[in-house]
Amino acid sequence: MMNMNNIWFIMKRELSGYFATPVAYVFIISFLLLTGFSTFFVGNFFERGEADLYPFFSIHPWLYVLLIPAISMRLWSEERKSGSIELLMTLPVSVFEAVLGKFLAAWAFTGLALLLNFPLWITVNYLGTPDNGVIFAGFLGSFLMAGGFLAIGACVSATTKNQVIAFVLSLIVSLIFVLSGYGIVLDFFSSWAPVALVDAISSFSFLTHFDAISKGVIDMRDMLYFASVILVWLFANAIVVNARKAD
Amino acid sequence: MSLRIEIDNLAKHFGEIKAVDGVSFSVRKGEVLGFLGPNGAGKSTTMKMVTGFLTPTRGTVRVCGHDVLQDPIAVKASLGYLPEGAPAYADMTPDGFLKFIADIRGLSGKEKQMAVDSAAERAQIKHVMYQPIETLSKGYKRRVGLSQAILHNPPVLILDEPTDGLDPNQKHEVRMLINDMAHDKAIIISTHILEEVHALCHRNVLIANGQLKFDGTPHELEAMSRYHNAVCVSVVDVDDDSLVAFLTALDYVKEIESLPGARGFRVYPQNGQQITAELSQAIRNNNWQVDSLYAEHGRLDEVFRTITMGGAK
Repeated sequence: MMNMNNIWFIMKRELSGYFATPVAYVFIISFLLLTGFSTFFVGNFFERGEADLYPFFSIHPWLYVLLIPAISMRLWSEERKSGSIELLMTLPVSVFEAVLGKFLAAWAFTGLALLLNFPLWITVNYLGTPDNGVIFAGFLGSFLMAGGFLAIGACVSATTKNQVIAFVLSLIVSLIFVLSGYGIVLDFFSSWAPVALVDAISSFSFLTHFDAISKGVIDMRDMLYFASVILVWLFANAIVVNARKAD
Repeated sequence: MSLRIEIDNLAKHFGEIKAVDGVSFSVRKGEVLGFLGPNGAGKSTTMKMVTGFLTPTRGTVRVCGHDVLQDPIAVKASLGYLPEGAPAYADMTPDGFLKFIADIRGLSGKEKQMAVDSAAERAQIKHVMYQPIETLSKGYKRRVGLSQAILHNPPVLILDEPTDGLDPNQKHEVRMLINDMAHDKAIIISTHILEEVHALCHRNVLIANGQLKFDGTPHELEAMSRYHNAVCVSVVDVDDDSLVAFLTALDYVKEIESLPGARGFRVYPQNGQQITAELSQAIRNNNWQVDSLYAEHGRLDEVFRTITMGGAK
C-alpha cells in the first residue's frame, strides 16, 4: 500500500530543489542547444527536405546517455553524502515512496526540457505538412526512453556518496543499454554468435525499441519494454537504498 | 502503562564489531532520559535502531506500543528525531523545509501553518526562515533540525546530541525548550556533556562498548563517585598534624587526604554516609573555628571514566 500524498510531496520537494539552484537552467539550456545543433548540423534537417523530426529524435539516445546522468547523479548520492537520507528515512514514508517520488521529479523535469523543443515542431509544421502522429509518437518514445535512463541513473546514484562516480557509472551503464543495439556492436557479435543471441542483445537495447516508436509505430511491446526497464531499476534502487542508507 | 519507549535486548553487529550488544531500557511519559557514553559507545547506533533507520541484529524496540520492525511507519509517525549533526536539505530555506516536513507529517492548511510557526518560534529561527539553510551558522542549523523534530508535537522525541556545537547561550535555550516539553513527552537525549545530566535529565542510561553500564537517576549516578559525601574541611589556627590526628580518630571517617593547592583536607566517610553535620559538630566541640566545610555530591566525570574505562578491560 503506497501513500500517494507522500510520493507527491517528495516529488514536489525534489523538483523545487532543481530550480533553487542553477542546475535546472543550465541543464535545459544545454539540452536545447544540443538538440538544436544536432538536428540542424548533424542531422541535416534542411538538406533532407523531409517534413519530419527524424534527425531530431534519432540523436536523443546519445544526448540522454550524456545528459541524463547529470540529472540523476544527485538523486541519492547527495542525500547520502549530506546525511539527509537519515532524516528522509525516519519520516513516515516507505523506501519505495521515496524512490518513486524522486524518480518522478526527475522524469517530470526531463519531460519539461523535452517539451521546450516545441519550436522545432512549429518549424516543421510551418515548412511542410508532417505526420503529427509520428511526431507525437517520437516525443512519447523519447520521454519513455528518458525514464529508462533516469531509472538506471537513480539506482546507480544510490550506490555511492560521490556524484562524480555516480555520473560516470550511470553513463557507462546507459551506454551499454544503447550500444547493445548499435550496428557496429551487433555486427561484431553476428560474425560469430548465433542469431538468437544477437537478437537477444539487440532486444535489450533502448535503440531498438526507441527507433520503432519514433518511426510512429506504437507497439505495446516497446512500451512494455520501457515500463519494465523503469520498474526493474526502481525496485533495484529501493533495494540499494535500503542496503546502503546507513553506510 | 505510560511506557512510551521499550527497548529489549537490542543488538547491532557490523560484521565482527558489536556496536550495540544487548541493551534494554525503557522511557515513560514525562521523562527525559540522558543517554550517556563515550564516542563510539553505540549511542547513535541505538537511536538509529529506535527510529527505524537501522535494522537491529536482534532484540525489539517498541515506540508507543508499535514494534519498529512490524510497523515502522507508525513508529516513525509517533516520534520526532534529530539525527546526529542535524542534517537537512541545504538548498532549502527553513520555511520550505518545515513545510515539507509538515506535508509528510500529514498536516495541511491552517494546521500546517500553525505547526510551522510554532516550531519556528520555539526553536527561535523565525528571523532566518527565508535564508537557505546552507548559509546558516552551526547553531541555527541545529535549531532548524530541532524545529523539524518537534513540528508535529510528537509523543516521543529522540535527540542525538542536540546541544553539540552550540555556544553556552544557545545551549541554555535548547535546554529550556526541552524542559518545557518534558511533561507530556518521552524524550531521549544523547550527550557526552556531563553538565546536562543535571540540567536536563530525570534518568540516565550509560553505555560503553555497546553494553548497558548504568540505569538510574542523576543522583544515583553521582553516588557511585568515590567523592560522594566526602567533606572538605579547613580549620583556623590548628596545625595540620593535630587536625589529621583528630579526624582519623573519628569512627565514621574512612580516609583523609590533603587538598592539592589549598589548605585543609578531604575527609572520606565510611560506607559513603553523610557526615557533614557530625563532623561540623565534632570540630565545634573542640572549640576550633571552621574556616570552610562543605560536602561533595560526587564527580560525574570521575564516575563516567570509571564505568566506561572499567568496561574496556
